[in-house]
Amino acid sequence: MFNYLEYVREGNFPHIWCSGCGDGIVLKALIRAMEASGMSRDEAVMVSGIGCSSRTPGYVDINTLHTTHGRAIPFATGVKHANPALKVIVVTGDGDATAIGGNHFIHAARRNIDLTVLLYNNYIYGMTGGQCSPTTPIGSKASTAKFGNIEPTFNISGLAIAAGASFVARADVYNTKQCEKMIGLALEKKGFSLVEILTPCPTAFGRRNKMASPVKLMEWLRDNTVSGAKWEKLSEEDREGKIRTGILIDLDKPEYTEEYKKLTEKLRTV
Amino acid sequence: MGKDNFPNVRMMQGNQACAEGALAAGCRFFAGYPITPSSEIAEHLSTALPMVGGKFIQMEDEIAAMGATIGASLTGLKSLTATSGPGFSLKQENIGYACMAEVPCVIINVMRGGPSTGMPTLPAQMDVQQARWGTHGDHSIIVLVAATAQDAYGQTIRAFNLAEKYMTPVILLLDEIVGHTTEKVVIPDPSTIELVDRKKPEVTPEEYRPYAETEDCIPILANFGTGYKYNVTGLCHNETGFPINDNSMIEKLILRLTKKIVSNCDDIIMNRTLELDDAEIGIFAYGSVARSAQSAVTRCRAEGIKVGLLEPTVLWPFPKNEVLEMAKKVKAIVVPEMNLGQMAREVELAARCEAVVHKLGRVDGNPIVPDQIVKMVKEVV
Ligand SMILES: Cc1ncc(C[n+]2csc(CCOP(=O)(O)OP(=O)(O)O)c2C)c(N)n1
Ligand code: SF4
Repeated sequence: MFNYLEYVREGNFPHIWCSGCGDGIVLKALIRAMEASGMSRDEAVMVSGIGCSSRTPGYVDINTLHTTHGRAIPFATGVKHANPALKVIVVTGDGDATAIGGNHFIHAARRNIDLTVLLYNNYIYGMTGGQCSPTTPIGSKASTAKFGNIEPTFNISGLAIAAGASFVARADVYNTKQCEKMIGLALEKKGFSLVEILTPCPTAFGRRNKMASPVKLMEWLRDNTVSGAKWEKLSEEDREGKIRTGILIDLDKPEYTEEYKKLTEKLRTV
Repeated sequence: MGKDNFPNVRMMQGNQACAEGALAAGCRFFAGYPITPSSEIAEHLSTALPMVGGKFIQMEDEIAAMGATIGASLTGLKSLTATSGPGFSLKQENIGYACMAEVPCVIINVMRGGPSTGMPTLPAQMDVQQARWGTHGDHSIIVLVAATAQDAYGQTIRAFNLAEKYMTPVILLLDEIVGHTTEKVVIPDPSTIELVDRKKPEVTPEEYRPYAETEDCIPILANFGTGYKYNVTGLCHNETGFPINDNSMIEKLILRLTKKIVSNCDDIIMNRTLELDDAEIGIFAYGSVARSAQSAVTRCRAEGIKVGLLEPTVLWPFPKNEVLEMAKKVKAIVVPEMNLGQMAREVELAARCEAVVHKLGRVDGNPIVPDQIVKMVKEVV
């Protein structure tokens, strides 16, 4: 039997998430992936910004750093650059990482610094009560888009790939096994790795968009996501409106802290 | 005379002196974003830090630079960022984070005029109140100021020491004249430089509580990666570092954060004085303006006018006792500064009507020269 208690801070439960929220499922997948990776908990640091998803670190018994809204990646960059021996995991939301923190997100990917970023994409600002996010689908309702959102959305994984990330995968909390696997691969990868995790927010998103019941949102994830292998077999037509999950890119590129180390060693021996 | 005879004397820009002072203080991490007139600090450290095994990184903006500085400090490295006016504004939210989470770090702000992009290459002292109150919320802060390149060197070391001692961000203000003037700096023998390092936990990881009550109100934050697992947050938190909602605990936290600085004013506040003992007119000046004030004192004295100077090297906590003491002795206080009276207001409050306070503000990007101060003193007399 898997002993979750070894990894969690029991005293901080019950957690603050609404019932039906997908964030707890990610927490479980993350813990399992951490265990499977064999990493030392003393050398792991989890950094988050502000939002519902960013409350995850409070429940994990490692060094945890809950920062300012949108700034988890810069704080994490400081931790990693200062001590590259540390395994640094960033937990962030769609608003946190791509609205207020958009600049940091693309530059960390470009820099290719060794961070594992878990981006919980729930298509909405959960913590502040359901305002539009850069991923709220066109036509969906939000507390700041009562007549339906008219802004085009970010393809978050695509953005990370374009910016230069080493590893990008998409997962969802309906397919938990795959989610755990993608997190595990991201933890293993040297370089900037992103797992965009689709997760339901029944309270702030579902309620406004005819999917108030958590089950409906989970069914939506089940019916609209297609993992890599199956995706390849789909016709162009069948792919329409569907979301591809699984590994989207996996490249070997020079990593920032290693390049810095090489440079320093060269300078100091001359 | 060859350089070898005076290995410890160098010509240096104020900005460079900050960078050298940081290295001498044990700074091993710098994150920044270029902005005039502070960029030379980043440039200097980009080459110097890797040579000593330290880390430099140019971030995508000042917000990121402040965040990275805090993150690096939590791993145990003495960490620095440097900027100017608009960049200082951007850093404010994360400076507040460092206050709340009690993460030691140093922020150098080579001031430029504002508001907005203002005067990139001209001197000003317009950020002295921003340094105190720039971040939101009630908080304490330590702000140092430098008047010469020599000062820039020494004050940077002091900034790191105070940051480590009190587990707090420390801000060092320079004005463009100090930052960009190249002048003589005597580098002290490293063995004579007193360095302070943050306390380390003396308990087991199981017993460890980062924000546990201590006699001196200063927490003990273990370096990440040393086996002490804990949580750091910008939210009001309890002694284990986890968010709280309990009103009395919140109040206790905020009061402690203020108390750890305020109750140590005697240790933190430092001033220089010139001819103040028998002065009838007092001058309160800081940064490059203090140097003009020194000449003004000498000139006035030569003409028989009894003038003295109080020059704070720490602006916050504000030296209110020293100002009051001066106010009781003199008839009037002149406060020349390159703004419209940001510190004059504090001086006036501290003087408690014991002396009349005269502002001498300048906001056209020109330095305040001794002549102006002499003229003002004569008008006051
Ligand atoms: C500088 C700043 N602006 C705004 C906020 C308010 N705020 C808190 S969380 C949040 C949005 C969070 O949305 P997302 O990142 O998508 O996370 P979720 O709550 O959905 O997990 C906002 C706008 C803040 N804390 N700080
Ligand atoms: S508001 Fe949404 S994201 Fe936040 S806890 Fe509730 S369900 Fe989860």
